[in-house]
Amino acid sequence: MLEIRNVTKTYGTRQVLTDVSFDVAPGRMTGFVGGNGAGKTTTMRIILGVLSTNAGTVSLGGSRLTPDDRRRFGYMPEERGLYPKMKVEEQLVYLARLHGFTTEAARRNARELLERLGLGERSNDAVESLSLGNQQRAQIAAALVHDPEVLILDEPFSGLDPLAVDVVVGVLKDRATAGAPVLFSSHQLDIVERLCDDLVIIADGRIRASGSREGLRAQHSRLRYELVSSGDAGWLRAEDGVTVVDFDGGYALFDADTEATAQHVLRSALSRGDVATFAPQHPSLAEIFKEVIK
Amino acid sequence: MTTTTPDSVSRTRPSAPSTVQATWLVAEREITMRLRSKAFLISTGILLLLVLASIVIGGFSAQNVSDTKVAVVGTASQAVSGAEGLDVTEASSVEKAEALVKDGTVEAAIVPDSTTPLGIAVIGDTEVPSGLLGQLSMSPPVHLLDDTAANPLIVYFVALGFGLVFFMSAMTFGSTIAQNVVEEKQTRVVEILMSAVPVQALMAGKVLGNSILAFGQIAVIAALSIIGLTITGQTDLLTGLGAPIVWFVVFFAIGFVLLAALFAATASMVSRQEDIGSTTTPVTMLVMIPYFLVIFFNDNPTVLAIMSYVPFSAPVGMPVRLFLGSAEWWEPLLSLAILVVSTIAVIALGSRIYQNSLLKMGARVKWGEALKS
Repeated sequence: MLEIRNVTKTYGTRQVLTDVSFDVAPGRMTGFVGGNGAGKTTTMRIILGVLSTNAGTVSLGGSRLTPDDRRRFGYMPEERGLYPKMKVEEQLVYLARLHGFTTEAARRNARELLERLGLGERSNDAVESLSLGNQQRAQIAAALVHDPEVLILDEPFSGLDPLAVDVVVGVLKDRATAGAPVLFSSHQLDIVERLCDDLVIIADGRIRASGSREGLRAQHSRLRYELVSSGDAGWLRAEDGVTVVDFDGGYALFDADTEATAQHVLRSALSRGDVATFAPQHPSLAEIFKEVIK
Repeated sequence: MTTTTPDSVSRTRPSAPSTVQATWLVAEREITMRLRSKAFLISTGILLLLVLASIVIGGFSAQNVSDTKVAVVGTASQAVSGAEGLDVTEASSVEKAEALVKDGTVEAAIVPDSTTPLGIAVIGDTEVPSGLLGQLSMSPPVHLLDDTAANPLIVYFVALGFGLVFFMSAMTFGSTIAQNVVEEKQTRVVEILMSAVPVQALMAGKVLGNSILAFGQIAVIAALSIIGLTITGQTDLLTGLGAPIVWFVVFFAIGFVLLAALFAATASMVSRQEDIGSTTTPVTMLVMIPYFLVIFFNDNPTVLAIMSYVPFSAPVGMPVRLFLGSAEWWEPLLSLAILVVSTIAVIALGSRIYQNSLLKMGARVKWGEALKS
């Protein structure tokens, strides 16, 4: 378990992190979401030890992180960085060797990863000659080539097409399944929603919500229903305990005050005509996010 | 939630390399990437060609002071006996000697002429053979009180040679270090590197890798000079230059490490290639000043003596003084000791600047911030 406790960071007089605390559990994918400038990158840099804190601690398995611990981390910085003129495989081999791998083991790991990420054919090309999407894959390979025990990835999916996202997700899930805590930030909320087990929401340098995805959903669920019927749904406005959110001919989106009200609406709808859809609406991550950071 | 601890993730995870191993890995990358650069190989080739050319040209011009060919007739041969630099041909008569002059076999003829006070006359073809007249002129013998002093022109070229080689190597490799440091900062690869190896190893590896290359280049130039001087038969010069060249290589090896540390540290204070000049200029000056001093003041013993002890100029100043024979045997050792101590101090200071600046992106890091411990 990677534990971040009461971390505070100021740049000059500007406070960028205030009392930030959350956990990244082993074997789980933890999504880290927040708006621009909310403090995601600063938090990740602090976890990696490339930035110092004003207060607070980062610990792994109960003991404070040391530089040696951090060498077992895999890190993908927000701003992508590899040597532009080095060949992809050569670069990965170099990074793995810096982590203590022998040249052979490093090469084996690099080839395996490049193959898996669909870069096998480009392994002898200079990084600068790759497309942005492929550079991104190379960057992910760089974070993984030394078999890290903890993964901290800043926006690993930005710039990837949907197929590449799936490939990368597959690789990351494997690491999580093997027991590594995986923390990744993103502002593509749909990807995070699909992918994460746990969620941490940050805004203005403060943690606004954290916990399992399902837990957060349950916490923010409300009685919202979608109705698609054959007749005009205008009658809904007159129902007791119903607030119409959206309305268009036979389509209506409404909040009910109780389950019973919702069932009552369904019966009324059936008595007025055919009902094509009647379904409860779960809040999307985007909605929860907007609600939480308000 | 599972109870897996991170330790159970490790498969065949190797232990982290020691700082020394990490330093060597970084140095190795610097060297291989540099040796792969066409620009570097070409510029090294040109530098070596220049050195070789100047030695060969020097060899030719030394031989070109060839003997003046003259013909002598009869008793006039006494006038040339003992005169150096003459290639004397005996002619049986004045007419034969004149014929030799006409067809260009000799430049002039010396014939007996009882009407002149000297008893000889010189016959030229179309112009007065002034060189020959100088060689013939009767002058009193000259005793030099200091016959060890080297020819000022040669001193100038030796000083220029040391100065130029030092200047060029230090600038080439120094600016390479600066660019590589900024490249790592600009591409942010440094964040990944820092999460893998200690910052000291990063800087030490850069300095070591480039120092090895610079030292290699200097050693090749030195070897080429010595071999070139031997082959072209300039052994007199070699006798005087051999030891200074060896000392130059030794001083350069350490002096370059000092400059390399300064280049790495000052470059780490900026985040973009365009800004390198704003912090590395003082270091560039430190490289340029000895070069100009040695060109303008190679005949000034005081300036040379100071230069030979100041760490930044000692690699140029001390070999020149050794060539002039104006340094005692212990002086290079003392100067070397000063250089080593200041290099260690600069590395300590430089790695502090490097560590403090490496992650500060954007505007140039302020000196106060860079130096704080």
